[in-house]
Amino acid sequence: MSEHALLAIDAVLLVILLTTAIAIARQRNLFAAAMMTGLFSLTLACLFVLLDAMDVAFTEAAVGAGISTVLMLGALALTEYRDHPTSRGQHTLALLLCLAVGALLMLAASEWPALGDPSTPVHQHPITAHYLEQSQQEIDLPNVVTSVLSSYRGYDTLGEVTVVFTAGLAVLILLLGVRKDENDT
Amino acid sequence: MTPESNNAVLRVVTKQIIPMILLFALYVQFHGEYGPGGGFQAGVIFAAGFVLYALVFGLDHASRAMPARTLFRLAPLGVLLFAGVGVYSLLKGYAFLDYTAIDPHDPVHAQHLGILIIELGVGLTVFSVLLLIFYAFAGRRRADSLTHKDMG
Repeated sequence: MSEHALLAIDAVLLVILLTTAIAIARQRNLFAAAMMTGLFSLTLACLFVLLDAMDVAFTEAAVGAGISTVLMLGALALTEYRDHPTSRGQHTLALLLCLAVGALLMLAASEWPALGDPSTPVHQHPITAHYLEQSQQEIDLPNVVTSVLSSYRGYDTLGEVTVVFTAGLAVLILLLGVRKDENDT
Repeated sequence: MTPESNNAVLRVVTKQIIPMILLFALYVQFHGEYGPGGGFQAGVIFAAGFVLYALVFGLDHASRAMPARTLFRLAPLGVLLFAGVGVYSLLKGYAFLDYTAIDPHDPVHAQHLGILIIELGVGLTVFSVLLLIFYAFAGRRRADSLTHKDMG
């Protein structure tokens, strides 16, 4: 695909992303807002595809657009579907906070190297070359992401799974454990 | 999430789609080495299939098809499977999670096998944890009203 076409798609996706974000912020109906966070995730997944991060895009689409939207709706079913209007003072405070954090992020992003810049530490480090060049001999998998995640960095992935498990336990203790106590008393 | 509110079209279409979702999840699980995806994504998609079932047919049907009791066993099983591979390689005299231990004569094959096993562990844990959290959220209102009735 030509450079210009890619840029155009990028721009369109970013506009959709921004519009969705503003629409979520302005939405009073929380059901609609939850559905729109799904749309936001889906657009983000498309952006990840454009960045050639297929595995990340896959996760974003499945978790962000799928499961977390459903969980959000499940949580909404326990409360109310409509947001209550907040006072003007809170609005100003929130706006100031958003602008401050946004400015900080912009400042940080300006230090960011250009996409795919070969002079960054990530690309300069010998381990990157090793993963990319040797993984075909050592592990022989076409998807280097899998080689890195499951084999070279198996420790990290084990830690990740443990985090998922522990987080799940914590949520379940919060949601189910408390109820048991109430039943006992 | 009440089963009464569903129409026939939704039920029929869902019944057609769920097997495909589950099959796709298995494809992502066992084909992750060659294409995008892996245990994490597969677990999420597999859970999504059951979430869809629960949304359309109700929580009772879903928990009959995949009981929470089973999920409570599958979640730690995944972690144990992953860590077990590491302990196995330790016992065999290799470094922790060095898959060569599985088949020392053919290290590349050992890598493939090791990755397959640990990805299965990842998939199992992610699937069961996500579905359990969904069950907990979806079943909460009913459970709460029961509790209030009990207490009142």
